Order: sequence, then structure tokens, then C-alpha cells
Amino acid sequence: MNIKNLIQSFSLGELRQGLAVTLRYMFAPKITVQYPDEKTPLSPRFRGLHALRRYSDGDERCIGCKLCEAVCPAKAITIDLGTNEEGVRCTTRYDIDLTLCIFCGFCEEACPVDAIVETHVFEYYGEKKSDLLYTKKMLLANGNRHEAEIAKNRELDAKYR
Amino acid sequence: MLNIEIDGKPIQVEPGTTIIQAAKKLGVHIPHFCYHKKLSIAASCRMCLVEVEQGGKPFPKPLPACATTTAEGMKVFTHSDLAIKAQQGVMEFLLINHPLDCPICDQAGECKLQDIAMGYGNTVSRFHEEKRVVESKELGPLIASDASRCINCTRCVRFLQEISGFQEMGQAFRGDRAEIMPFIGQAITSELSGNLIDICPVGSLTSKPARNTVRSWELARRLSVAPHDGLGSRLYIHVKNNRVYRVTPRHTEAINSCWISDKDRFSYTGLYAADRLTKPMLKQGGVWQEVSWNQALDYAAHTLRDIAQQDASALGALISPTATLEEMSLAGQLMRGLGSENIDHRLRQRDFSPSSAPWLGMKITDLPTLDRVLLVGSNLRSEHPLIALRLRQAVNRGGEVHLIDNDLLIRLAAIVKAVATLKNAPCELKCIVSEEAKRVADNLVIGQNIAVLLGNVAQHHPKAATLHTLAQQLASLLNAKVGCLSESANTVGGYVARALPSKNGLNADRMLREPRQAYLLLGCEPEQDCAEGALALSAMKQAQSVIVLSPFASAATYADCLLPIAPFTETSGTFINMEGRVQSFAAAVRPLGEARPGWKVLAALGKLLDLPDFDVESSEEVKNNLLPNTPEFVTLEDSLSDLPVDLTSDLLADALVPVAPYATDALVRRATCLQQPRNGGNA
Repeated sequence: MNIKNLIQSFSLGELRQGLAVTLRYMFAPKITVQYPDEKTPLSPRFRGLHALRRYSDGDERCIGCKLCEAVCPAKAITIDLGTNEEGVRCTTRYDIDLTLCIFCGFCEEACPVDAIVETHVFEYYGEKKSDLLYTKKMLLANGNRHEAEIAKNRELDAKYR
Repeated sequence: MLNIEIDGKPIQVEPGTTIIQAAKKLGVHIPHFCYHKKLSIAASCRMCLVEVEQGGKPFPKPLPACATTTAEGMKVFTHSDLAIKAQQGVMEFLLINHPLDCPICDQAGECKLQDIAMGYGNTVSRFHEEKRVVESKELGPLIASDASRCINCTRCVRFLQEISGFQEMGQAFRGDRAEIMPFIGQAITSELSGNLIDICPVGSLTSKPARNTVRSWELARRLSVAPHDGLGSRLYIHVKNNRVYRVTPRHTEAINSCWISDKDRFSYTGLYAADRLTKPMLKQGGVWQEVSWNQALDYAAHTLRDIAQQDASALGALISPTATLEEMSLAGQLMRGLGSENIDHRLRQRDFSPSSAPWLGMKITDLPTLDRVLLVGSNLRSEHPLIALRLRQAVNRGGEVHLIDNDLLIRLAAIVKAVATLKNAPCELKCIVSEEAKRVADNLVIGQNIAVLLGNVAQHHPKAATLHTLAQQLASLLNAKVGCLSESANTVGGYVARALPSKNGLNADRMLREPRQAYLLLGCEPEQDCAEGALALSAMKQAQSVIVLSPFASAATYADCLLPIAPFTETSGTFINMEGRVQSFAAAVRPLGEARPGWKVLAALGKLLDLPDFDVESSEEVKNNLLPNTPEFVTLEDSLSDLPVDLTSDLLADALVPVAPYATDALVRRATCLQQPRNGGNA
């Protein structure tokens, strides 16, 4: 142990250095937000709860190509194919198990028609495990509810895609 | 042999080999669409362009590898700048008009255009004009058409023309307006039409029953064997979540080549018919009740035992010729254990005079080498579409096929007599030799490699044995072979498994004419599977008890015990085809509901009845007991019926109606897509 270290230890140099940081942050602007009254801003690419979108005329966008199911690394998506009453290919079942989902956004990336998207909603819950199995009906309802926001985010992100 | 070099790798090939064939031998991949190893060369897609150098001098332009034959000292470059540029250019042209609908295309994932576009296509399209749109055609209930996706490779046209033998499609118009179409207002009627789905490299022709049901990458392929005709085509059964979604051929050159018939391809649609039996059922007080397997087996065992104790010959068993070897064998053991010899699988037969298994007498691959064939009583295209294809190959090689389709007995006898006259052989047949018979005889005697083939109509003929005797007489005169085109997947197996009565037993016909007290039905529907449906139905209705082991519940009107067994996709088993080839297969999916494999049900019944030798653990064990060491082929003797020939005409024989093409067994009858008429949109 040399003289320099000895002096620093006995003059409480390290302690003062640490307290200086504390003092600096005492007067710095705070970044804590008062959730849920306040919220941090979200990127247009934020990946929250899933939704299935419709076209403006009310038709489902999803064409049942099953690419999202194939790409899903957690195997959270289950799709059954069928033909609707107009003879058009559609899904007869579209389930996302949110207990499996890792919110990687691959489904959204794979979708050729922007049907499955991830919204900004992250405040959802389930009382039972089964509440977190989102069916086609629930996902379409999500889409209906958040369509304006989804469309806006897609537009903001469009130039980077 | 020619010495050539492909991408620097030397190889020796036979003269006449094309570059693409040589490359395949070497394992060098040359992209192609229109080339198919079984079809003629069109060289229309231009995808296989390669750079070729001959005698040190390169050809000025790239050449199509599929249409260029090799020459001594040829050097081929599949990845040179010139070749790659040519391939990319062709790919760009092909993609100009191809719609970007891969996400909804049933071919996606197994599409040649998709695969090759990944390797040779550009990432962006330079084409900004409007794409060509072609109206889709109505091709009947089996094939869906999306004509815009077509790349005009003409594989389908060539298949129908060259393989199936009837040109039902063609290419109309020119240039970028060229389109593939059937005759106006007509659908594809070929019994091999399903193969168009396989050979179409893009999604232009896809399976209609499988449309929008599943994606190709989700399916697992399981090996199986076709149960519907005597050929025993090898199949891939594509399954997902314990359900069969489609069936495709397994390339086996010795049996089905790379084709299968529509019957084998689409019969799976009958697997999930509305009347599929999924639970054992008993009729109690006139009402059907779902019961447990224990109850149902107890009931069946007691009923069989009670009747057998009074009079074992009052029991009769009718076995479907599509049942597996194991099921047949155990059913035979069961009946014999109970003391009854009344068991038969020859349900449609009318003549039971002693004869051995009706088999082909040669290999299937021998058929194309025949130069003269006399076909007796066969609707070959509907009965055995792939045998028809083999005979067509024989005809294409210069062979000739004669068909006797009515008055079988008289006309066959006339030919025998005519041949005997030509050969100066004695012949005791008393019949008039017609001009037609003389012509046929003249033609037959000049053959070197001759066969007399008996079709289903001949085998179901009331005088089938006489026909067989005549065929043999003819064969010995001509030094020819006699073959029977056995009707069902396991007709030959029925003889091997002894699912037929020995001396004292009753055959299928007598079992119905002399009604029994109780019947055991295995996989068959007597009202449709027996020679005389009405007779069979009345025999079933009068019976005190009918115990049915079947995948379907159609017997509910007369049965009192329905035991659900698994169809061929859900059970392991063995079929023996018409050339005696033993083919075992495993279950592709689990049995539906509470259905169980037939061999298990029969083994459980046998154990309940305390019969010996029913302690089996697997279907292999049953097979090994029957055929130790599992030979590739069973040895079958050439049956020699030597009956006195009586040519008195039989009125019944003239009224013989052949079985409708898609009514041969319970599964096919339930395949709705096969039952629909094959006519086009306007017809």
C-alpha cells in the first residue's frame, strides 16, 4: 500500500466522491413517472397486445396464410383454415396463447397483409390462465377498438419499412 | 459410352443421354419446370439453360439442358456467368405474369417456382405494368384451377396425352396470351387426373378437396399402401394433428411408378364421413346404445359362443377383400376356433369351383414388355387404372391388346378354337369360329410374349372357372401366360390368410342363399359388396344376430352389435397385391374416437372366447405366424382349373353389371368428391 492510497483512505476521498454523485442527482430533473397517472411515451413500433385488423369495408384482412403461425418461435399461434360463406379463404380459428407469447413481433413482420399487429396496449390481465388465450373474436375486437391508433402507428413507421 | 464434363466433374454416360439426366446422375442441380422424367421433352420453360463447350469451342448461346443430348468431349457449365445470366433472365420473364398470391396458394411451400425464384430470381421486379389475368377453368370436382398462376410448362397437357392417353387439355392462343384449357365446357375425366396436381410445378392445378385446408409445411408424411385395387400402390399419407389431409404417390418403379389413381388419392375424403363409427354400439330393445368396449366384446363373444354351441355351422363370416392380412387371418382363426368353416372374402364372386389365388402370374413390370395381350372381361381403366397405363406402354412399344367385353364365354372359346386350328392342335370345343375370332387368333399367334388377362368381370362371371380353363387352354396353345387382375388390395392375401372355406364350409354365395343364424361382418357392407346385394340384405335381416366390425355405421339397420375398427390409415397391416408382393404398413394416424385396429378387436374377441393362439401383441406377430421371415413375394401356384368346358350360354351372365368405378368398397363410396359427376362448368 503506497502513501497516496493511504492519504485517500484516511481523508474519506471515496466517500466524498460517492456523495457528490448523490448530491448531483438530488438537483437533477427526475425521470420517474407517476404510473398510472403519468406514462412514458411509446415508440410506434412498440409491441403490446395483439389485434387482428379489418379493411375499411369491414372485411377481415387475414387470409389464412399461416406464416405467423410458422414463424412464431414460441408456437403461441394456432390457426385453422376454412372457406367463408362467400367461398373465400379465411381462418376458422385464430388463437394466440399470451402465456406463451414472447412479444417478439415476428408475426407482425411475417404478415403479408398487415392483419396481425401488436398494439400499444400492455395493460391487460387475466384472472385465470385461460383468460390469456385470445381467440379470433377477441383479437378482432381488439382491432376494432384500436384501429385508429394502429393505422397511425403504421403510417409513422411506413418510411422505415 | 461418352465422356463428358459437367462443372469440371467428369462422367461417362450412354449415348442419347440428355445433359439434365447426366447432371442428375452427378448430383448437379439444374433448375427446370417443364422437364419431367416420365414425360416427353418440351423445352418450353427455358429454365434449364446452361453453357456448353464442344471441342474447345463454346456454343454462342446457352442451350436447354433437358433437350440437348450429350456428345463426346462436351463440357457443360451450369454456373458460368452466361448460364446464370440466362437463368436469371428466364426467371424474370416467368415472374412477370405470375401473381404474388403465394400466401393463399395451396402449392406454397412445395412450389418449384418459389424454390427456384429463391435461387435465381431478383429481389425486386422491374415490371411495373399490369399483370396478365387468366380466367380459371372448371375442371371438375377433383382439380382446382388457378390459371393466372400457370407458367405454360405444358406438363399437364403432356401427361394427359402421353400417360393417361386421352388429350383432355391443350394450350390455346399464343405469346403471353397462351393459356392451358380443357375442351370448352368439359372437365377432366381421366381416372389418373389427380396426378396433374403432383406434376404441376406451380399452384395452377391443385387438389379441390384439400383446397384451403392446410399448408404444405405443416404436414408429416407417413408411408402406406393403397387399399382400393389389386395393385397396392405405395402412398404417402400426409397428416397433421391425427387427421389425414391428403394422399400422394410414393415413387416405386416396380408397382405404381410415380402415379396413383384418383381412387387411391381421394378416397381419404371418405374417412371422416358422417356415419363413421367412433364408439362400440349395441342394439338393446330395438334402440342403439353407445357402450364400452368391454360390454360390446362380451356381448359379441357370448352371442358367438351361444350360437356356436348349438350349431357352429349356423355362423357365417363375410370378410371384405380390403381387410388386412392380419384381420383376415385372425377372423379365420376365430371362426375355425368356434367350429365353423363358413368364412369367405370372395364376396363378388359367383363361381367358386376350386381354383387357387387369382394372381397376375408375372411381375407388374413385365406387362409393358408384352407384345400381344388378350384381355377378357375387364373395364380396365376403372378397375385398375395403373395396369391400363402399363398396357398402354406395351401398346406404345408396338404391342397389341384385344378385349373381350361381352359374351365372354362364347367369344373366348371361339378364339381358342381359331388358335387351335391355326396351330393344327386338336380342339374339342363345339362353337362357331367367327371372322372376328379368326382375326384375333391370326394376330395373337404372331406374338412372342403373350398374356391372357382375366379382369374383374371375368372373375365375377357365373362361369369364371370355365373362363379360366379356356384362358389356360389358349395360353398353352400360344405358349402365353395367364394372369388374373385381382380385384381388391388383399384378394390374394385372403387366400394366403385362408379367409375362405375349406371343404365343408359354405362360400360367400351359399352363406347368403342358405341364410345363417348369425353373421360376422369384417369391413364389408354386404348389400353393396356382395354379388347379389338384395339377397345379402335379406339374409342379414333374417339373421338372429349380425356382429359388424366396420369403420362405418351403415349396418345399423340389420346389425345388433357394431364394433368400430380402424380403416387402413389408422391400423398397421399387410396387403398382398396381384403379383404376390407382401407390403406391410404402419398406421398413419391414431384411430378416430374409440375405434381400434381390427386385429386388436379380433384378438380380444378370441381371448374372451378362450380360443388358442390369440395371445398376440402386435400385427407383426400375426403376420409372422402366417408368413415367417416376411418374404418380399409370396409363392403362388399357377392355378390349374381343368374343368370340362360347358359353353351353354348363361342368361345371368349377360345381365352381369360391372361394379361402378367408384363403388368398389365402403371407403370409396363415402368419398364425396369421387361420387360427383365429372363434368365441367357448362355441361
